Amino acid sequence: MANLSSEFLGIKSPNPFWLASAPPTDKAYNVNRAFEAGWGGAVWKTLGEDPPIVNVSGPRYGVSYGNDRRVSGFNNIELITDRPLGVNLAEMRQVKRDWSDRALVASVMLPMEEASWARYVPMIEDTGVDAFELNLGCPHGMSERGMGAAVGQVPEYIQRATEGCKKYACIPVIVKLTPNVADILPPARAARAGGADAVSLINTVNSIMRVDYDTLSMYPATDGMGSHGGYCGPGVKPIALHMIAEIARSRDTADLPISGIGGITDWRDAVDHLALGAANVQVCTAVMVYGFKIIDDLRDGLNNFLDEKGMSAVSELVGKAVPSVTDWQYLNLNHIEKASINQDLCISCGRCHLVCEDVSHQAITCEVNGERCFEVIDEACVGCNLCVSICPVEGCMTMKQLSSGTDPRTGQAIVNEKADWTTHPNNPMRGK
Amino acid sequence: MGMTEQAPADIRPGRLGKAEIVANFSEMHPPLSRPEALIEADRCYFCFDAPCTTACPTGIDVPGFIQKIRSDNVRGSAQTILSENIMGGMCSRVCPTEVLCEQVCVRNTLEDRPVRIGLLQRYATDSIIENGLQLFQRKESTGKRIAVVGAGPASLSCAHRLASLGHRVTVFNRDEKPGGLNEYGIAAYKTVDDFAQKEVDYILEIGSIDVRNGASLGVDFSLADLRKEYDAVFLGFGMAGVNDLSLGNGLAKGVIDAVEYISRLRQAADKSELPVGRKVLVIGGGMTAIDVAVQSKFLGAEEVTIAYRRGAQQMGASRLEQEHALTSGVCIRHWLAPERLLLSAGRLSAVRFEHTHLNSSGKLQGSGEYCELDADIVFTAIGQRVLWDTLGDTAKLLELAQARIAVDENRKTSLPDVWAGGDCVDGGEDLTVSAVQDGKLAAIDIDRYLRRIMDVGE
Ligand SMILES: Cc1cc2nc3c(=O)[nH]c(=O)nc-3n(C[C@H](O)[C@H](O)[C@H](O)COP(=O)(O)OP(=O)(O)OC[C@H]3O[C@@H](n4cnc5c(N)ncnc54)[C@H](O)[C@@H]3O)c2cc1C
Ligand SMILES: Cc1cc2nc3c(=O)[nH]c(=O)nc-3n(C[C@H](O)[C@H](O)[C@H](O)COP(=O)(O)O)c2cc1C
Ligand code: SF4
Repeated sequence: MANLSSEFLGIKSPNPFWLASAPPTDKAYNVNRAFEAGWGGAVWKTLGEDPPIVNVSGPRYGVSYGNDRRVSGFNNIELITDRPLGVNLAEMRQVKRDWSDRALVASVMLPMEEASWARYVPMIEDTGVDAFELNLGCPHGMSERGMGAAVGQVPEYIQRATEGCKKYACIPVIVKLTPNVADILPPARAARAGGADAVSLINTVNSIMRVDYDTLSMYPATDGMGSHGGYCGPGVKPIALHMIAEIARSRDTADLPISGIGGITDWRDAVDHLALGAANVQVCTAVMVYGFKIIDDLRDGLNNFLDEKGMSAVSELVGKAVPSVTDWQYLNLNHIEKASINQDLCISCGRCHLVCEDVSHQAITCEVNGERCFEVIDEACVGCNLCVSICPVEGCMTMKQLSSGTDPRTGQAIVNEKADWTTHPNNPMRGK
Repeated sequence: MGMTEQAPADIRPGRLGKAEIVANFSEMHPPLSRPEALIEADRCYFCFDAPCTTACPTGIDVPGFIQKIRSDNVRGSAQTILSENIMGGMCSRVCPTEVLCEQVCVRNTLEDRPVRIGLLQRYATDSIIENGLQLFQRKESTGKRIAVVGAGPASLSCAHRLASLGHRVTVFNRDEKPGGLNEYGIAAYKTVDDFAQKEVDYILEIGSIDVRNGASLGVDFSLADLRKEYDAVFLGFGMAGVNDLSLGNGLAKGVIDAVEYISRLRQAADKSELPVGRKVLVIGGGMTAIDVAVQSKFLGAEEVTIAYRRGAQQMGASRLEQEHALTSGVCIRHWLAPERLLLSAGRLSAVRFEHTHLNSSGKLQGSGEYCELDADIVFTAIGQRVLWDTLGDTAKLLELAQARIAVDENRKTSLPDVWAGGDCVDGGEDLTVSAVQDGKLAAIDIDRYLRRIMDVGE
């Protein structure tokens, strides 16, 4: 059995799965249930100054479904905590006392003034929490007040907020980044420059779910009107992974510990985050859809995976895939693959032919010797893998590498040395 | 009434309570609910050149209509179905999909469970027909008039297509109600709640179709009359006759034509009033044999046996239909050829069979061994035929093949202005869906023919 216990910024937790700051961590009742179920840590629902903000009393959530009503994306217009600060702090103190082996992190969103850091940071730290997380990413409601994403989108503000918090905090400070930026690196660098101990990402993505087909108004709506919300759940995972990998592989941010957030539903999603550079992970939507019990699959799925890979601790997995991420211009242009169909598994649906014919390079037959039959035409296949991607039968279509002879499509000999765009004759910038 | 005239106690109505009979005749395959349909639609792979479409005799774009169910475009889905097959609603209930579209579904290769195409088709068409949403309009009138004989699937499909193309149609129908075997033949549990008439109403709503019930070719008018009066004629009179057992000792009391009995059953407002035997024997191996056996069982017959002279493989009824009979409590005996009716006091009491097998050259042969099966009622279901002697001059004017009407690939007969389709033509499959296709193809060809005449006339 691999060891799932995790240490993030020196904070120990029995496993690397924390609950992200959100409704599941809104109050002691929920967090107690989560810890009973086995969650390794929780980032408390973001705290703010009194008087607390006020949420709408109508729909806060919008969801996209598959036909079986399986949730594929989730959006919300919930603000930070709507309970008085004192109530939250008292509960946090009690929870930390009752669950000393779990990680408890205080998420905060405070006005950008020295006075507020000076006042609130020590007060919150006094509850016994293990770290702060600066919420600089809430995409709705708060940014209009000059907090949340409004801060998180301006690197200079990120740095200032981080410095402000660090100045008064004795415990580590994690900066939670918003994905609502063109490039995640400037915000990450700013956090680092401000003295952040780690970054966590992503917060939610600005979004509108859809319209109501009856009223032709935005959906969901409160009294006929709606406002954009934050998108999260399975649909945002690829966005999160890209941003995490960028921070993990960039020279000036690579040493910044990352807490990975975004679209984690099962252990494989967690493996993606960890292998691309996150040292631990946080979960929100999956718990809002399926409840705390999913921690069972997250834990033993990851455990079994580590065992199969011969890894004894989560830390061995962290960042494993980072060296495989590069810029397009460094991809080996001499590497040739062709699609291949295992005729024993083929069910003859013909979708590969259809998509290659309609979209790609007309490289799959629909008939051989007058019979319905789908075969790859190597002379035309560019190896794009569209067919392999959409084949409904797992393992039926694969990509096969050509390692000797000539490529039947180009008639050129297969070269085993690597050559990329930077050296390609067609590249006008070559050698410049 | 004398003793001998009286029906013996073993053939009587009400063998089961009314409620039980009603429950027995409830729907065989209940429709899909919306969530079920959406999930089932997700199972479709949207194949290239889809095998199900090729297997459907009417060539419905199956992946196309399923895609539309998936996106909640039910109206578009019904349009896709009904524009190829105006009886897509009835077909979704009665098509032996296990040997048509669903047999070739690629899901069978993967998991032995095809997409339930028939039920999805029903989901789409029911919503349109039950909500009375008319999807079809007539084209500009051509002034041409066509006589259509019969009001079964072939004729109504032809009439609808002709009307939509702008022609005027008169339907001459022998029965009291339109619909043909949809109304009088199909097993009751396949089409409940008077669906056959609802569908007919939907079809006729397009207008320009004048239906005259109780009007018989060969009795009230002749083919020559129709040709004189109309620009073109379509014949879809089905097969009114049932093959005899020809067992020498005539039609004993207790020997009943299965099709005739089913038609009475379909028309009975209260099925518990139908008399049924305690021991029922069905001779035949097709859909009719299965239907009369199962429905007898549902009416309360204690022992129902189908005796077929060949094996399970050769039965006209599909494997699924055979299984349905077996699970309904019907016993199926193979390799038994009826040899003689056994009578007692002038009434049927049993049938003597000879065991059969295939000889070395693959021909059916009696083995010389015999057995007897007791029966109060024997249903004959050994195939139907066209009753040519009731149809006046028709047979004389037309070229026939296998005692049915010979037609070309456009369903045109040997006469330049007469088309035919459905059970009465040679080479058909004797299915509702193929009758619909025949009517459609004929209408398209009739339209071509009439427009050619119009062009020449101008
Ligand atoms: C008991 C039974 C069960 C069946 N079950 C199924 C099933 O489950 N699925 C399936 O696909 N198929 C089934 N079939 C077959 C299917 O019903 C037929 O293939 C189909 O109805 C043929 O259509 P049609 O239009 O050719 O003829 P029919 O449906 O037979 O219609 C003939 C029409 O012609 C009229 N007519 C007859 N003679 C004259 C005349 N002289 N003048 C004017 N009108 C006339 C009749 O009144 C009727 O309206 C079954 C058949 C039977 C007998
Ligand atoms: C209803 C809801 C409320 C949220 N509230 C907060 C919040 O108060 N503070 C915060 O930092 N993030 C908040 N988030 C963002 C989540 O913590 C998390 O970053 C995001 O949902 C992505 O993770 P997921 O895909 O696992 O849900 C909220 C998310 C949801 C769905
Ligand atoms: S009409 Fe019948 S065979 Fe054709 S798709 Fe529909 S159910 Fe299948």
